[in-house]
Amino acid sequence: MTTNSLKQPGGGLLDRLFSGRSSILSYTVLAIILFLVLPNLLSAFRLNMAGKYLCYAFACIGLVLCWGHAGILSLGQGLFFGIGGYSMAMFLKLEASDPESTSIQSTPGIPDFMDWNQVTELPWFWYPYKSFPLTVALILTLPVIISCILCFFYFKGRVTGVVFAIITQSMVACSWYFIVGNQGYFGGINGITDLKTLNGWDIRTESAQKILYFVTCICLFGCLFLSKWVLSTRLGRVLAAQRDKEERVRFSGYNLTSFRVFIFAFAALLASIGGALFTLQVGFMSPNLIGVVPSIDLIIYTAVGGRLCTVGAVYGALLINTAKTMFSEAYPTVWVFIYGALFILIVLALPKGLAGVWTDHVRLWIRSLLKLDSPAKPKKIKSQTT
Amino acid sequence: MATTNTDYLLAIEDLTVSFDGFKAVDAVNLYVDQGELRVIIGPNGAGKTTILDLICGKTKSTEGSIKFKNQELTNMREHQIVRAGVGRKFQTPSIYENLTVLENLEISYPWGRTVFGSLKFKRDEKVQARIDKVAEQIYLTDQLDMEAEFLSHGQKQWLEIGMLLVQEPELILLDEPVAGMSFKEREATAALLKEIVKERSVIIIEHDMEFVARIANRVTVLHMGKILADGTMEEIQSNEKVKEVYLGH
Repeated sequence: MTTNSLKQPGGGLLDRLFSGRSSILSYTVLAIILFLVLPNLLSAFRLNMAGKYLCYAFACIGLVLCWGHAGILSLGQGLFFGIGGYSMAMFLKLEASDPESTSIQSTPGIPDFMDWNQVTELPWFWYPYKSFPLTVALILTLPVIISCILCFFYFKGRVTGVVFAIITQSMVACSWYFIVGNQGYFGGINGITDLKTLNGWDIRTESAQKILYFVTCICLFGCLFLSKWVLSTRLGRVLAAQRDKEERVRFSGYNLTSFRVFIFAFAALLASIGGALFTLQVGFMSPNLIGVVPSIDLIIYTAVGGRLCTVGAVYGALLINTAKTMFSEAYPTVWVFIYGALFILIVLALPKGLAGVWTDHVRLWIRSLLKLDSPAKPKKIKSQTT
Repeated sequence: MATTNTDYLLAIEDLTVSFDGFKAVDAVNLYVDQGELRVIIGPNGAGKTTILDLICGKTKSTEGSIKFKNQELTNMREHQIVRAGVGRKFQTPSIYENLTVLENLEISYPWGRTVFGSLKFKRDEKVQARIDKVAEQIYLTDQLDMEAEFLSHGQKQWLEIGMLLVQEPELILLDEPVAGMSFKEREATAALLKEIVKERSVIIIEHDMEFVARIANRVTVLHMGKILADGTMEEIQSNEKVKEVYLGH
């Protein structure tokens, strides 16, 4: 029994992605909900909203890795969500600002908000967004580069915990002011609006939005598998180890700076992908979608879903946003209080979030009902007595 | 720092560290040979743990040099010192409670300690063989799949020693390895130490004189940050100065 895991070293890639029955089950249930239940149950309008909530889930998966597993709390994921969102918005805006449709402007061919702000030439950093492949490349590389630059010196100087969290929050606040202050270049507080087509494909139609919803779901599963793989490698165990015993890992010969930079950049990348898909489905991007408050919202979704469970984070984003929409439609003034109370309740009563309810209570209960023998538990009890 | 090269594995010369003017370690010279088991004793606050912290880079020295295989350690970062071949065990067992014994040992395996190395790391035959061998040495073969938090206190101490052995260091620094162990566990630990010192050097801080007498080649007595005496156990036990500050009470 005891040498069991030695005889099955690591396992193949598929084994590690679907380790255990419960893992396959949770992916299957999520896939059924996202690909079958929601599209058949919801109207086109509601499905689009669900797609929008799923975009937040990308950032939440990143937080599960970065905050839950590696212990690095980032209150600034909105910044990276915004990098992806704005990149996509800038591409779509340029496509919507062709010389014919902007002929009434004093400078035709540039985005309308630039014309209103007396900008007469397209700024240099907008040029890459004329090409779709370049835009996609920027969505994937910009968050990695920026997050590496932002966190490298802090991690090298061993700034972690609350101090780092506050730094990330000030980063996102700075970027908010930066966008609002540069109205002529980024559209200011109004954001970048009136996005119409993607390579000539009208993204505002019902059928386009339905397709975008499915694209989002597929990307989401891609990110879930990628995250699960990262966590299944030795890197995942090193991250968990350094969260609790930083010194020990350092004295096992690891340079923790690079591990922390890696996971922070990975979380930033996921957030950026989510942001890009968000812009496609919502049709605009504004600084208020990426500021301090939305960044904290992302933390709340993750905490509610379970900060150690990537699938849980998806449910967290979906459920909290659904509740937000329902309650704020019915009781707009009380919603914030319900929201706050809900968060405090979850943190106090369920530190592992909804995922914890599943693994610690429901699953055990189902197992005891079905008389399924769980191999992990009896061994632990036996070992405690020896 | 013009220090000469030596034949010693570890050569500490004029090592001084002061915290706000208080000299915790004061001009210490210490030489450790290949295959030597050196024990450092001394009353509380003598600077024993500080010396280990200085060697492994946890604390930065104010003055002096620490040379490991003639390589200066005082300006290296912790992980570089570990990779150079120095392993450190902490006073309280410092292991990863939520990982299994096997995973604890695996994390210490000295290959793939970079980000991408860790992503590609595979538990192959070589890794398993190494872990199996160490697990047997530290008496934990039957506990490999157990989560480390369920080990007894003594087993946790052994596990941390095992994590060092997996790293294959040439010098091991142990801070009170038998603290809180039962008599039987102490005996097993003494046997373990005698076994591991065959292939490497060990520096141990210890309070238990009976245990020290059983294992030590040479004993260094530290008092107020300075070396008070240095020699075999018999020499130390008959040293008047040592009796006065330490052994007498």
